[in-house]
Amino acid sequence: MSYQRVKFYQTGTFTVGNRLLDESDRTVQAGMDRTNSLDSGHRACQGCGEALGARYALDAVMRATHRQMVAVNATGCLEVFSSPYPESAWQIPWLHSLFGNAPAVASGVAAALRAKGKTDIRVIAQGGDGATVDIGFGCLSGMFERNDDVLYVCYDNEAYMNTGVQRSGSTPPRAWTNTTQAVGTDPGNPMGVGKNLPRIAMAHGIPYVATASVADLHDLEAKVTKSMAIRGARYIHIHVPCPLGWKSDPAHTIKVARLAVESGLFPLFEAEGGHVTDRTRIRNKVPVERYLELQGRFNHLLHPRDESALGAIQAMADANINLYQLLSSEA
Amino acid sequence: MKKQIEGSQAVAHVVALCRPEVMACYPISPQTHIVETLSRKVKAGEVGNCQFLNVESEFGALSVLIGASAMGARTYTATTSQGLLFMAEAVYNAAGLGLPIVMTIANRALGAPINIWNDHSDSMSMRDSGWIQLYAEDNQEAVDLHIQAFRLAEELSCPVMVCMDGYILTHAYESVDLPTQEQVDAYVPAFEPVQVLDPQDPVSIGAMVGPEAYAEVRYLAHHKHVRALEAIPRLSQAFQDIFQRPSGGLLDPYETEGAETILLALGSVNGTIKDAVDDLRKEGWPVGSVALRSFRPFPSHVLRHVVQDAKRIIVIEKDLAMGKGGIVSSDVKMALRGLPIIVDTVIAGLGGRPIPKTSVIDTVKRACLEGLEEPHFLDLNWEAINRELTRQQEQRRSGPTPENLLREMGVPGAKPV
Repeated sequence: MSYQRVKFYQTGTFTVGNRLLDESDRTVQAGMDRTNSLDSGHRACQGCGEALGARYALDAVMRATHRQMVAVNATGCLEVFSSPYPESAWQIPWLHSLFGNAPAVASGVAAALRAKGKTDIRVIAQGGDGATVDIGFGCLSGMFERNDDVLYVCYDNEAYMNTGVQRSGSTPPRAWTNTTQAVGTDPGNPMGVGKNLPRIAMAHGIPYVATASVADLHDLEAKVTKSMAIRGARYIHIHVPCPLGWKSDPAHTIKVARLAVESGLFPLFEAEGGHVTDRTRIRNKVPVERYLELQGRFNHLLHPRDESALGAIQAMADANINLYQLLSSEA
Repeated sequence: MKKQIEGSQAVAHVVALCRPEVMACYPISPQTHIVETLSRKVKAGEVGNCQFLNVESEFGALSVLIGASAMGARTYTATTSQGLLFMAEAVYNAAGLGLPIVMTIANRALGAPINIWNDHSDSMSMRDSGWIQLYAEDNQEAVDLHIQAFRLAEELSCPVMVCMDGYILTHAYESVDLPTQEQVDAYVPAFEPVQVLDPQDPVSIGAMVGPEAYAEVRYLAHHKHVRALEAIPRLSQAFQDIFQRPSGGLLDPYETEGAETILLALGSVNGTIKDAVDDLRKEGWPVGSVALRSFRPFPSHVLRHVVQDAKRIIVIEKDLAMGKGGIVSSDVKMALRGLPIIVDTVIAGLGGRPIPKTSVIDTVKRACLEGLEEPHFLDLNWEAINRELTRQQEQRRSGPTPENLLREMGVPGAKPV
């Protein structure tokens, strides 16, 4: 495998320069033979976290499977911005059926591959948080429960962005969306609601569950690569900022994602067979306000300050840090 | 080989002979015996390397088949009633994607009120989905139509529903001529998909299409049905060549020669209707009947040709378009437009209400002598209906309608309806 001599520094992080790594540890995207699964010509917004996450995830699957991959896509931003005929940006066999059925469709692809004895070809399903935690949840749970040989990747941008920013079951407490407006008492999405799908996935006892973030693309690639070495139902939940829906600067996508991780609001971990096996420890803990203040969807919590809400959100981050031992030196 | 066998078992037997590669099923009465039998056959290794998936819903079942079919596998499922409604979005999607899935509909009424007995409300709700719909008159035909359905679906790359009346056929034991594996193999060739997910030749399937081409894509889906009007009789003839018995086709005329009045219906009620025709003919009434096998595509030209000399068509249909009347009769009227033929709508057999031969005969005589109101409801208990209408006028909080009706009727079955 040949590599460009690229610089991959991310100043202010603990990421090591790519060129300093052993070749086998280098990022997939740095390879001259990266597959460009999601090619140029798509219509994602500037700073789209989902497009970035999808490109890294799928290229990692392509490398892991030696390009023997089929992708199933739920309806949503990723489907719409990537695929309108005749300009499909996909360089892989790609199937879109409906909003709520991508896990079942992928189960069907896997079943057909078993029936035909072509189990060298692998299938992944992907969708946004709406497709995953809400409308497709039944099919996803079925796919998990049957332990079908599918990797499901959720790109979580925490609302229905494709339809114009409405609340999903993954929208964080107190966030503004167009259906949780920042008006009245306790403006924004109510506290104490929402689903934690990685933990629900773990409760199915499936072989592999992981969370990842576009703030740590090398980690994302490593988790995808690891998941492809496993047979059965696998789930990776990727945090992908959406500048449009989060009212954040497109230039801040990586920064916002990193602050979600470093505040503890989005813990990075892996679980096998229902048990947490590894986590990315926070080396530079930041208060949640640092994350919230970059996003217009939380403006109403800071101007004027809503101490009660800020305290509750900080408590959520601290609970994650405690639960996943994100600060502890021994794992 | 002739065998005394339950309809569901017979259908499962031939579906297995058609060598499906992926089946995904969710149980719902009265479809269960079909999928139970298939699950046993797959587990016992009688269906090659076929994968049988027990899924979490009907929506999941058809979605699994969408993925499997796009991967080039021959696919099958069965459902009915609420199950068909629950998979509705996937029903339209499978047709839109042009995936040749075969699905049995064990026809059953729709709730509310929940009702597990037979009528055609379920499949009628999907009449414009793009699936071909074939209706079986008896269990022999149910068996034969399934074999034809796989070949038809895959030839056109269009999904096919084989509709058989719930309980009346699915749970009836009849003598059925079961085909051999060699016969089925000779009739149903290997599946050659027109589109497939292939890492060596990647394509995007199911992407967005805007106003510039959507209408053309939809026309081409419609065009498959136009081609089906030619393919269905041809495949019926090919079936006869191998299996040595006539079966299938667009429609089946009975005693239409010289008939002034022709009854038309879908499914198993055609047996009763043929008996009624025989009785009426003996009494000197010039009556015949047409069993419609293919409802989608609707064989307008063939029907027009078959009934052109009649004066009256009485459509007996097990469905109801609320606020309109008949679904089948509307299509019949469209097919016969311009001809001096009266088309009557008789709504019958809803929710498993029996359609006795005597009621059919009485209705034919009344139609011919006095004419029928449009639509006509067969054997409706007007006394009970009028009591309930009065109650609703007198009391704002009149309560649940079905309970009121049944309270008035007393123990169901204790009094004649």
